[in-house]
Amino acid sequence: MSDLYKVAIIGSGPAGLSAAARAAAIGMSHVLIEKTDHLSDTIFKYQKGKHVMATPANLVLRSDLDFDAGKREAILGTWDEQIATGRVNVKLNAEVTKVEGAKGNFAIHLRSGEVVAAEAIVLAIGTQGNPNRLRCPGADSPMIQYQLDDPGEYFDEHITVIGSGDAGIENALGLAADPAQRNVVTILNRSADFARAKAANVALLEEAEREGRIFVRRETTPAEVRDGELLLDTRDGQEAIPCQRIIARTGSQPPRGFVEAMGIEFSSSEPGAFPKLSPVFETTTPGIHVIGALAGYPLIKHCMNQGYDVIEFLNGNADLKPADEPILAEKFNHLPGNRNVDEWLGVFGDNIGILADLSTLQLRELMLDSTAHAYEPGDVIFRRNEPGSSMFAIAEGSVAVEVSPHDPSITVPIEQGSIFGEVGLISGRRRGATVRAAEPVIALELSRTAALKLLATSPGAARAVTAISIERQLLQMFGSGLTREDVAPLVASAEVMQARAGQVIVTEGADDKDIFIIRRGSMIVEKEIGGKPVFLSYLPAGSYFGEMAVIDGSARTATVKAAIKSEVIRLPGDGFLALLDKNPALREKALADMAGRRATNAFIESRKGDFTGAVDLYSETAAFLVDNGIGEATDVLLIDEKLCIGCDNCEKACADSHDGLSRLDREAGRSYAHLHVPTSCRHCEHPHCMADCPPNAIHRGPDGEVFIDETCIGCGNCQRNCPYGVIRMDAKPPKKPSLLQWMLFGAGPGPGEAPYGWRKKEAAKQQMPEAKLAIKCDMCSGIDGGPACVRACPTGAAIRVSPDKFLTFTKLTEDVE
Amino acid sequence: MASRASGAGKSRFSRDEARRDSDHVSFLKHRRFRWLWIALVLSGTAVLAYALIDQEPRPNGGTWLGYTLGTIGVLLILWLSLLGVRKRHITTGAWSLKAWTSAHVYLGLSLIVIGTLHTGFQVSWNVHTLAYVLMMVVILSGIWGVIAYATLPAHLSANRREMTRIEMLDALAALDRQLDSAAQPLERAEADLVLATLTQDIFHGGAWGRLTGSYPACATARALKAIGTGDEAHARVHALLDKRREQLAQIRGYLRIKALLEIWLFLHIPATIALIAALIAHVISVFYYW
Repeated sequence: MSDLYKVAIIGSGPAGLSAAARAAAIGMSHVLIEKTDHLSDTIFKYQKGKHVMATPANLVLRSDLDFDAGKREAILGTWDEQIATGRVNVKLNAEVTKVEGAKGNFAIHLRSGEVVAAEAIVLAIGTQGNPNRLRCPGADSPMIQYQLDDPGEYFDEHITVIGSGDAGIENALGLAADPAQRNVVTILNRSADFARAKAANVALLEEAEREGRIFVRRETTPAEVRDGELLLDTRDGQEAIPCQRIIARTGSQPPRGFVEAMGIEFSSSEPGAFPKLSPVFETTTPGIHVIGALAGYPLIKHCMNQGYDVIEFLNGNADLKPADEPILAEKFNHLPGNRNVDEWLGVFGDNIGILADLSTLQLRELMLDSTAHAYEPGDVIFRRNEPGSSMFAIAEGSVAVEVSPHDPSITVPIEQGSIFGEVGLISGRRRGATVRAAEPVIALELSRTAALKLLATSPGAARAVTAISIERQLLQMFGSGLTREDVAPLVASAEVMQARAGQVIVTEGADDKDIFIIRRGSMIVEKEIGGKPVFLSYLPAGSYFGEMAVIDGSARTATVKAAIKSEVIRLPGDGFLALLDKNPALREKALADMAGRRATNAFIESRKGDFTGAVDLYSETAAFLVDNGIGEATDVLLIDEKLCIGCDNCEKACADSHDGLSRLDREAGRSYAHLHVPTSCRHCEHPHCMADCPPNAIHRGPDGEVFIDETCIGCGNCQRNCPYGVIRMDAKPPKKPSLLQWMLFGAGPGPGEAPYGWRKKEAAKQQMPEAKLAIKCDMCSGIDGGPACVRACPTGAAIRVSPDKFLTFTKLTEDVE
Repeated sequence: MASRASGAGKSRFSRDEARRDSDHVSFLKHRRFRWLWIALVLSGTAVLAYALIDQEPRPNGGTWLGYTLGTIGVLLILWLSLLGVRKRHITTGAWSLKAWTSAHVYLGLSLIVIGTLHTGFQVSWNVHTLAYVLMMVVILSGIWGVIAYATLPAHLSANRREMTRIEMLDALAALDRQLDSAAQPLERAEADLVLATLTQDIFHGGAWGRLTGSYPACATARALKAIGTGDEAHARVHALLDKRREQLAQIRGYLRIKALLEIWLFLHIPATIALIAALIAHVISVFYYW
């Protein structure tokens, strides 16, 4: 056993490095433990020359290390040099396997068998996790590596890639790409097909296999790693193949298990939850502190500041104000009452019910992504039909909700401590009602990201929001005649159900009697006619279904299934009937809705007899569109290929109205019956791209568009998360000569997106930054006249529609020519 | 917040909603044939005026009606020729190129009536008649274009089978790589036939081949004919060549339809430029000799 350090810092990313640098600067005995052979592995693995951004710009950097936006190499170089000159005690190639002991004397076991002793631990291991290791004899052989940085550096080797995901396939293809390297590449797949990989990668692999460049072994697993050979378990028994190198790409283990093994509690069992932390970053295990991405702070500046702060706290500096103090002070300074940051945090934390469980640290972080507002009585907070996915919480005062679109005098109050606007957050739909301040109001507006993070970390908040949202949804849907007391029994018996895409909620002919409300996502209604399912209609979030069987006691008349991943609220039919009995107005409304749906169904069925072709076309086109993501769209570009002459004027117009880069690919994408869904943003109700944006740069704008703002750091997460491939990463191109100059003198590349070569050359000439940022369709927000792609189509082939308006019989069977 | 909520946002929302709900029709049917009706009214009025108004000494471009028709005609021609600028100049505002195309087609057709009446049916070998003939060439090539736009896109779509141009070329390149290795066991003469397919430019047919889709010197077709399916190696090469032929047919079909969609413009645009030049000469000479 070595000396007892005051602090052991595990992980050498920005957070760990900054902590170690601080410890070295104040002379605290420390050790920085890093599992790889270099510092800051996550940034190290960025592609060469990648531009790293330093956001948020208004956050001051508090660290002994320098950091500013720049190239990956420059940043890593600065840190390496400053760590060396700062005399930081670094232990590379040291992977921690287990931590034992308690505050004052922890024993940190390394894979090499060495044990490091420290009084306190700072965990800064990020969220990458460790690669899964092979589980067969010989798994610790030096032949095995878990990463492949440069496939071009291996020659004349027998290399086996284990793993059938995209990483494994891409590695194998890379190793076999150049026949001059003369590698013999084999890839092992435990199962018979490559179900987890992208179709394009599988196609390339199969082509390489046909050409004999890669040996693909299906239903094969490694049995034993020996010197210079690998023993395989195949379907027909064991077989040994020559092997000098093994690349294992069998996924990775999220760090949560490792962290929990130290006794550290997480705030909830949700996958997105973070460890519970005190204001000094201490976990529920005394002596172990968590900072950086693992604590929920993915941005480099946050991480570095926390590294500094945690060492200061450990050194007994209790007065240190967090680095975000000036940002919070600025957030609060327009509020009335002259209170300081701590006092305001107290007001929000104590008065707002759903924030009750948060620690000061979590509250501060929530504030960073939120906006504090003060309203005078009568001020509009938001209006009906405005887009908005933020949620409001009332810290002081109360608001009035205008429940009727026609008469603003009919209002429902929401009191201090409660929330509103949650429907937008959950359903992704526009505001359902106008909300005004009823008295002087101090409210907190939680951005979508902040609100979702809160729901994931605080189970109490999640429960409260669910109950409130079900109640409000019922009240809003069934009109103003109902009171909270009326719906209370229904709310109590309601159950939120998750439905994956395609899951059947109601089966035609069944005699169950529940009624459902679509909370998020959307549903399609189908009916079996002549032995084939026929698409009847599309139900967006906020609609209800299943009422027919409840009201008239019949069997289900149609099948309802989820168009996309959805959430429905299931209400027992008896409770709904009881509510109808008490409420004649509601009964009439329900009967009217039912009659409308009956009429649609009857219309389609009657058409089926006369015009089978038209109904088939309608049904199949609708199903195709739903398969291609139209079900979750709010505004999507479609191209009628009976009209499209392929002039690409839509792409050119897109590029010319947006900095010179097109955000759509007309030709790519699927088609059915001449209706083409190009690669272009659908402005999803619940945008996948927003899921994991470190600077929170993706928002829904005032016209419903999903857009990326200027704080984008170019990490590419949104591009990877978008299932429709509509986000591209590119540098802002230089300005082109004007149209007149092009027409008269042939100056510049002409209308539309300039060729890559021209952009690259011109950008170098003008010394423009090369940082690649994410770009996507913004629905031509702020451009008078609306989407340029549609305006610029000469034949009327390009249209932009929303599913609730387009997925109807008339629209889909329209004769366009 | 309160300031954002009021004002502009709402009108954009209602306009967006109208757009999302708008009819989905072609430029020919745009707004229930609005521009067809306008063109018909314009032409009808011109015919009526020509028939009812007594022109002395005889109907021609020099009477007041002739000047009126000529002025309408020249303004229409100049405006119609601006479609090319409108298409490329993506400005803000609520314009729609579909509406412009619709107006371009129907008002352009109405020029047949207006221009002919303007001549007073007097033709001879001079610059005036040259301008008239050029105008008719432009209009007839335009009609050709409308027919192409109305009939060809469906073929283009059917031929594409969801592949982009790049994907078609990639698919061909993939087949070529496989052919290259599959041809190894073949004898020299046969291997040369296969190699010839790989080296031949797929666009070797020139403009004629591109427009007609006829490629009599296609090396792939020749190799396919010569290489049988005798043993396993031959069968494999044969199958690959067959796939290559299909892929080539798709690419050539794509090129053919794209070319047919554009070829009329090679007449329409130069004739328009010549028309404008002849018009200038026509107008200047008329006023010079007035």
